[in-house]
Parts: sequence; structure tokens; C-alpha cells
Amino acid sequence: MRHLTRAALLIMVLGAAACTNPGRFDNAGAGGGAGAGAVPGSASDPTSPAYFQQTVGDRVFFAVDQSTLSAEARDTLLKQAAWLKDNPAFSAIIEGHADEQGTREYNLALGARRASAVQNFLIEAGVEAARLRTVSYGKERPIAICSDESCYAQNRRAVTVLSAGPGTS
Amino acid sequence: MNLLRPLLGALAIALLASIPARAAPLRIEITEGVIEPLPFALPDFQPENAAAAEMARQISRVVAADLVGTGLFREIPPSAFVSTVTSFASPVQYADWKAINAQALITGAVAVGPGDRLTVKFRLFDVFSQAPLGEGLQFSGSESAWRRMAHKVADAVYGRITGEAGYFDSRVVFVSESGPKNARLKRLAIMDYDGANLQYLTDSSALVLAPRFSPTGDRVLYTSYETGFPQIFLLDVANVGRAALPTPPGNMSFAPRFSPDGKSVVFSLEKGGNTDIYRMNLDGSGVVRLTRAPSIETGPSFSPDGRRIVFSSDRSGSPQLYVMPAGGGEARRISFGPGRYNTPVWSPRGDLIAFTKQNAGRFHIGVMRTDGSEERLLTASFLDEGPTWAPNGRVIMFTRVSQGAQGDSALYAVDITGRNLRRVPTPGPASDPSWSPLQ
Repeated sequence: MRHLTRAALLIMVLGAAACTNPGRFDNAGAGGGAGAGAVPGSASDPTSPAYFQQTVGDRVFFAVDQSTLSAEARDTLLKQAAWLKDNPAFSAIIEGHADEQGTREYNLALGARRASAVQNFLIEAGVEAARLRTVSYGKERPIAICSDESCYAQNRRAVTVLSAGPGTS
Repeated sequence: MNLLRPLLGALAIALLASIPARAAPLRIEITEGVIEPLPFALPDFQPENAAAAEMARQISRVVAADLVGTGLFREIPPSAFVSTVTSFASPVQYADWKAINAQALITGAVAVGPGDRLTVKFRLFDVFSQAPLGEGLQFSGSESAWRRMAHKVADAVYGRITGEAGYFDSRVVFVSESGPKNARLKRLAIMDYDGANLQYLTDSSALVLAPRFSPTGDRVLYTSYETGFPQIFLLDVANVGRAALPTPPGNMSFAPRFSPDGKSVVFSLEKGGNTDIYRMNLDGSGVVRLTRAPSIETGPSFSPDGRRIVFSSDRSGSPQLYVMPAGGGEARRISFGPGRYNTPVWSPRGDLIAFTKQNAGRFHIGVMRTDGSEERLLTASFLDEGPTWAPNGRVIMFTRVSQGAQGDSALYAVDITGRNLRRVPTPGPASDPSWSPLQ
């Protein structure tokens, strides 16, 4: 419930102004609220960040050293674009990531390429450019920490992180 | 280092003896790759007053550790000595030192006072030639700078025996890491080259990456997520003040390095997913875009004469090393071996370029000549990256990361001969070292 309350609160302050570093939603409502009907802010509320994360899908994955969007990635991004168009009160920061097989600085550049590929696709799919920013974390923020392909495949990702506010101009 | 500079500003270097220096057979050729380290005897320096007793012992140990740490020297344990040194001024009994096979003998004396003034004298002898090697030297400064004086003694000994400048009186700025791999906290730290006198320069509230010293060691460029987005910052080591560099508009600025005159910076700037190399003055003026390609261009590093820049680019399909004029223009590819090349760094001597190479699932630190010839790999591991040169261009420090969920980062050093690989002591996990010039 704590997550739900927080998500609801964030929605109440929507539109409070765009700032250079909008507060990001973390795993709001993850695992909670399922099957409870459209509880506002829960994963069953189609206008909630939790729904975006869990049902729309907030991330796409890449092949080694590539920033090309796979068919599966394009499918996810089309759903993201549709959701963003339906929920104009949200902006997003697209985080680009790389696996640990690469040097720190090259991977920062590679993560930026991936984030930008997602940003460009979303813009072409009709999302206003001003609502989308990118940031690269290179190999600094893996989500899976083993040192083999099962983890690397999860880490080569771009994550669309929602933030409150209609975007930066 | 600015804290110490006033203390050592009046660093007195006085000749103790008028014996002329002469060419001596006691010599190590570093480039040969020493297999048998040169044995030396270093009796604890003589305290010249009661207050200096403990300081004399500690200084002796730092000098010995500096020399042994190079892998070029071996210390003969004092338990093997057949003669004791009771006075700095008394004549050397060469036969006693020859008997235990010492090729070099280092004697010294330490005095404390007046006040916190510390004076260290030393002499170096070539035992087999039965003659002093160079003249006696005296250093003095504040007592708090005792380790620096010990390093200066060791630098002088190293210099006389190898014919190369030393690197002991230097510092390393690096990233101190803590926490799990998927939520790693990072902060900038600085320490002496041997791990002593550690000091933190930032807290861990924002991710920080890849600090790089200015040519005089007084400032550090690094990349920080302080604003939420990667951006280059400039930090003053003495007062730990920091400010974002006024880079041109873009999503991300990173991979900064100073020009040899310390007045400008080369760096990568990412716009719309494309990363290119730029140069500008530290105040943000004089911006020049040096590369203009849809590929990734990053990791720029100046030649010591400031005329050329080496960088990595994946314009050929995989990251390779290129050299271009410092003002931009046509770049020439210099790496042609199998694998991916990144993080090139020009040696302070100008003769070599160190790099990270990724090939067949392994990472290597390597060196090549500046035209790309004579590539040699010095290390191999799951993940080695980010070389930085010792001020004399003979040793390289880098980051080594161990494999797996519990994998951690540590600093390692290796000679450019590929010998003497060793871990550099840090209080916890560490990465991204940058070696200062000699202080």
C-alpha cells in the first residue's frame, strides 16, 4: 500500500512544473494491486506508471554492441508510444545501458546510442520530442550481476522511466 | 599537494659531500626487463636526536618499500648484516657489505627540529666499486611531510641506479567503490602512489567516473551524475572545490583529459546518440569540434608535446585507435590487431601509447609505439581497463575487475616490460586510477 499511496501522491502533483531532473518513478506498485480492479495508481489502473512498467513494458533489449531495435523491441515501443500519447501528463527519461563487457567510456557512448534509438522511434511514433530525454549509464547500473550472457542480455537495455510533468521544452 | 607545497616550498637540497659523481658500473637497464633484482642494504637511518628515533625508522621503511615495490631491487634483511652503521659520517666498511652480497648501500640520518622541521640526509654507495654513487643529498621540510621526503630519497636512489626519473613522490586520484554491483556507490579519492594518506574528494551521493589529473597535479577533471546527467566537472585538489565544466549543449559530456599546458580540455560530447570529440578552454571559450562522424569517438588523449591526439573510434565497425592533429583533421588508424581497442593514453615520455584491448573474451592492458607498431600486451584477465602512466613512463596502473556477482574492482600496476604485476593497496574496491606527475 505504501507504494500505491506514493504513486497516487505523485499523480496529484502532476504538472507542477518541469525541471531538469524530474523525479523518477521507481517500481511503484510492482507486484501489488493485481486483480483489485482499477485502484488508482495500481498496476491495474491503465493510466498508472505501474501499468506502464508491467503491462506496456518499460524496457527493450539489444544485441552485443548494437543499438538496432529488434522486431520485439519495436512492438514494445509502439505500445509505449501509444501509452505516452494517451497519458500526456507524463514525460520520460530513456536510460541506455550496456553490459560489463566493454570499457567504461565506450559503454557510456553505446548506452547513449541505445537510448537515442528508442527516443527517435518514440518520436517517429508520435510522442512529442519535448517529453523525452535520454541518459546513458553505460555499464554502471546493471540489473543482473552475474558475469555470463544470461545477465548480460538483461543489462543491454533501454528503459523508459516515467516522470511527472509534461516535459521540458 | 597544494597543502604540502608551502611546507616543501623551501625544500632545501644541500650537497653533503664534495666527492664528484662518476660513472659507475652499478646500473639497472629498465628496458631489459630485470629478472634478478639488485640487492641493496638499507640500515635504518640514524636518528640525530632523540625526537627523530621513530621517524628515522619509518622513513627507512618507506624508502625500502619504494625500491622493493619496483621489482628492480631486493632488500637484504638487516639480520644478515655483519656490520652496523653507528654514525652517518663514519667511513663505509665496503668488505662487510660485499660479504653479504649487497651491491648498493643506502645510509641516512634524520633530525627533528627546531619546531616541526624534519631533515633527512642520505648517501648511496656502490659496494663493488667501493665508491659513493652520486653525492649526498639533504631534504628538509615539515614533519608532516615525512613520507614525501622518504619518497624523494627513494626517487634519488632509483634515478642514480636506473638513469631514469623516479615516480615515488606522486599521487593517484581514483574512484573508491562500495556496495553491491547493481547499486554501486562511487566517490573520488586521492592517495599517495603507495596507498598512504588517503583522502576523499567527493561524497557518494552522485555517481562519479574516471578522474584525470591536470599536468601539475593540482586539479582533476571527472565525470559526475550530480545533475542527473553525466557531465564533466573540474575539482581543485587543495580546497576540494568543484564546478561543472561549461561544455557546449548536449546530452552528455565525458572522457575529459587536460592538454599538456593545462589550459584546455579534450572530451567527448554526445548529442542525439552520437558521440564526437571536442576541445575547449577550461572557461568554456574556444570550442572546437575535432571529429565529425556518425560513429562513436571517445577517449581522447594528447601527446606530451600537445600536437596530436590519440582516441578510439568504431568508424571501422569496432573500436580502434586513431591519431589526429590536435586541431582536428585527418585521423590515421594505428591499431590493426584482432579485437577491440579503447582508452588510449599517451606516455609522458611520448614514445608509447597504452590502451585497453578486448579480444576473445579477455581484456588486456597493452602498449604500442605511437605509429601502432610493436604492440605488446602486458596483462590478461576477465576485465582489465583504463591504463594510467607513472610520471616516468615506466609503470602503468589500471583497473582490474574480478568475475561474477561478487566481482570487485581493484587497482593494479605493471611495468611496461610486463613484469612486476602487483595490487595497489586501497581501503576498499577501487577503479579508474589517474597517476599524478612527480610533485
